[in-house]
Amino acid sequence: MSDFLLEMQNIDKSFFNVKILDNVNFNLYPGEVHALVGENGAGKSSLMKIIMGIYSRDSGTILLESEEVSFQTPREALSAGIAMIPQELNPILDMQVAEYLFIGREITKTNMGGISVVDRKAQIENTRNLFERTGVKINPRVLMRNLSVAQIQLVEIIKAISMSSKVIIMDEPTSAISIKEVETLFEQIRKLKAQGVGIVYISHKMEEISQIADRITVLRDGKLIGTDKAENLNKDKIIQMMVGREIKDVYPKEFVESGDIALEVKNLRLKGNFQNINFALRRGEILGIAGLVGAGRSELVECIFGITKPEEGEVMIKGKPIKITHPKQAIQNKIALITEDRNFKGLNLKTTVEQNISFVSLNKLAKFGVINNKAEADAVEKQIQKLRIKTISRKSMVKSLSGGNQQKVVLAKWLLTEPQIIILDEPTRGIDVGAKRDIYLLIGEMAKAGRAILFISSEIPELMGLCDRIITMAGGYLTGEIPRERFSQELIMQYASKFEVKA
Amino acid sequence: MKTMGKKRAIQLNSLRELGILLAFILVLVVLMILSPNAFAKPANLINIIKQASINGILATGMMFVIISGGIDLSVGSIVALSGVIAVSFAHPGEYPLIVPIALSAIAGLLAGLLNGIGVAYGNIPPFIVTLGSMTIIRGLALIYSNGQPIFGVSKAFESLAGGFVFNSIPFLVIYFLSVTIISAFILSKTVFGRRVYAIGGNEITAKVSGVSVPKIKIAVYCISGFLAGIAGLLLASRIVSGNPTSGQSYELDAIAAVIIGGVSMSGGSGKWYGTVIGALFIAVIGNGLDILNVSSHFQLLIKGAIIIIAVLLDMKGKGKQ
Repeated sequence: MSDFLLEMQNIDKSFFNVKILDNVNFNLYPGEVHALVGENGAGKSSLMKIIMGIYSRDSGTILLESEEVSFQTPREALSAGIAMIPQELNPILDMQVAEYLFIGREITKTNMGGISVVDRKAQIENTRNLFERTGVKINPRVLMRNLSVAQIQLVEIIKAISMSSKVIIMDEPTSAISIKEVETLFEQIRKLKAQGVGIVYISHKMEEISQIADRITVLRDGKLIGTDKAENLNKDKIIQMMVGREIKDVYPKEFVESGDIALEVKNLRLKGNFQNINFALRRGEILGIAGLVGAGRSELVECIFGITKPEEGEVMIKGKPIKITHPKQAIQNKIALITEDRNFKGLNLKTTVEQNISFVSLNKLAKFGVINNKAEADAVEKQIQKLRIKTISRKSMVKSLSGGNQQKVVLAKWLLTEPQIIILDEPTRGIDVGAKRDIYLLIGEMAKAGRAILFISSEIPELMGLCDRIITMAGGYLTGEIPRERFSQELIMQYASKFEVKA
Repeated sequence: MKTMGKKRAIQLNSLRELGILLAFILVLVVLMILSPNAFAKPANLINIIKQASINGILATGMMFVIISGGIDLSVGSIVALSGVIAVSFAHPGEYPLIVPIALSAIAGLLAGLLNGIGVAYGNIPPFIVTLGSMTIIRGLALIYSNGQPIFGVSKAFESLAGGFVFNSIPFLVIYFLSVTIISAFILSKTVFGRRVYAIGGNEITAKVSGVSVPKIKIAVYCISGFLAGIAGLLLASRIVSGNPTSGQSYELDAIAAVIIGGVSMSGGSGKWYGTVIGALFIAVIGNGLDILNVSSHFQLLIKGAIIIIAVLLDMKGKGKQ
């Protein structure tokens, strides 16, 4: 019998013929915090979803206390003692804390009619006891709606404890809470450790990991890179393991002389998202924005594009302040935004490749509002060829394409508008290596043609490979600016995880 | 595994559009065999299109709204309101014919405009907005007419719906065809049509792509309201009176025609000819079952079953995510 509480052996998983987990091993001792790190799309969440029975694995074994298990639903995993606290919490807001804690396993009593009814008193009493034991100060009668994110997280943790969970998986638990609240969370984690609970801790934040983790496992592109004791790994070593590839080969970089200022942002502020943002972008330049998830990067570019309205500040194009209150004005000013979430904001999955690509440019392809089908077909075919979009025909439904080709459809849609300023928000997330390379080449080509490019990515090597300059954001502030000759993982990470404001 | 599911969903999708057509033809053939003398006569077939025409016009407007991702429950009430207004200006020798025509169209357009503003700027779910306006407009029709039907229309007004071209094709059929052709053109050939599909398909993507979503929404409710106004005018002409209680549950027939025609209730997809088939389907069943002497009570069962089967196909077609 092994000492492991949980053991995952040789886990494989593919989606659409893309391997997202390749022969991954992962294990957890009782009373241990085991951090799971990796870039976005490295397979961390997928691995955890396999434990929970949200995804099915293609092959591999999972042992819980040396017994083979295979959960089909999260409910089965829960009753076997594995709880997951997801990154995005979705509690039932109109329930009392005590009700929420016992949802699905209500304490009941039989009344005089012989009917089982919920024993609210007992639930509240039990909740109070649980909270006292764990030192949580929340009123069991208060509505979930009135709790802070950190408090909701605590409730979720207590819920996991109360189900006598042996394994608790926390997916980026600190992404939405303040530093002070992180301390409370860590206190709870230490208490759980003392009780012999094993904790899987997924995070991007190196400081936290070195504070709380006993062991660290690094995943990259669905493969296990290594597992080691936390004291043997420093931040640089972890980042190197996370990234770990030769940058020069993967990122084709064309050097282009920068031209005039194309876009300038002055003192831009949107409350709760970002403030005091100043930067300028030149023609022919690729400017990267680095930062952690939640740093406010997407919110910033969506504001520049007119999806949201800033409370303060100016956007200037070619030195003139312009008013952008709706994306159509941005489009008129020759700006294009390739949004982060292509299904949600980039594509209309209910229609064809053709209708997606031509959509923003319809007015150019129409006379008196009537679409010229021939002109549309020609323009679309040209884009399909230029971007090497793999589709059976332009009339195919866009949802039948692979992720990489869907992303190219979004790019084609915006390139057809002949933009001068191109904003790309995580354009390579979740797509295969070949499509990534095509997109890198395209970005280089556009810069060469004198377009100004603003490029958001969470993959630092990608930014380092392609950009002429990188600015970093953290907690809604610009925290640094790095020219190409000073690019380094450490420096970027250091600026991107900086939480105090740079004066 | 997932790719398979998606491929199958696409196949089913095209199968569904075809399936409705096949089912429609099947029903036609069966009725023709069962009743070669009465049902299959050219005069009766034209009569079916005539019976389908008012619902068809309403369904066409409804189709715009549903493709855009909304719903319009108020069209039945608009039919009543525009009908009583039209007839009150259609008494013999009072006003020229254009007055009742224009007023009923304007009444419908205004009602649609208010629906559109409520949906687009009030951010109220379309179901709620039009449920409210359905009740309000019905109230207005009753107030306007003192709760009584209005009688006495000019010959010209009567011939609006009652007239024939070449003594054989009813005007109503011509109106229905015209509305269909114009709508088909707008939906499939114009920038506006594309935008209607786009906001129903993914409203946020449409906004990011530069579409003024509220404007498109207001426009589709205006189209629906306008066509309901016209339908009300035609109904009043057909029954030679303005009845404030007419048009009850017409919105449900219109929705049924759109759904049977394969337009997805969640918006973003559907073809104009689906709605035509849907409206004809409902009329054919009514007409055919009448001829076969099936009681109207049983007809309800059959109509309901068809709606559910159509939606079942719709959901199967979409498949699971």
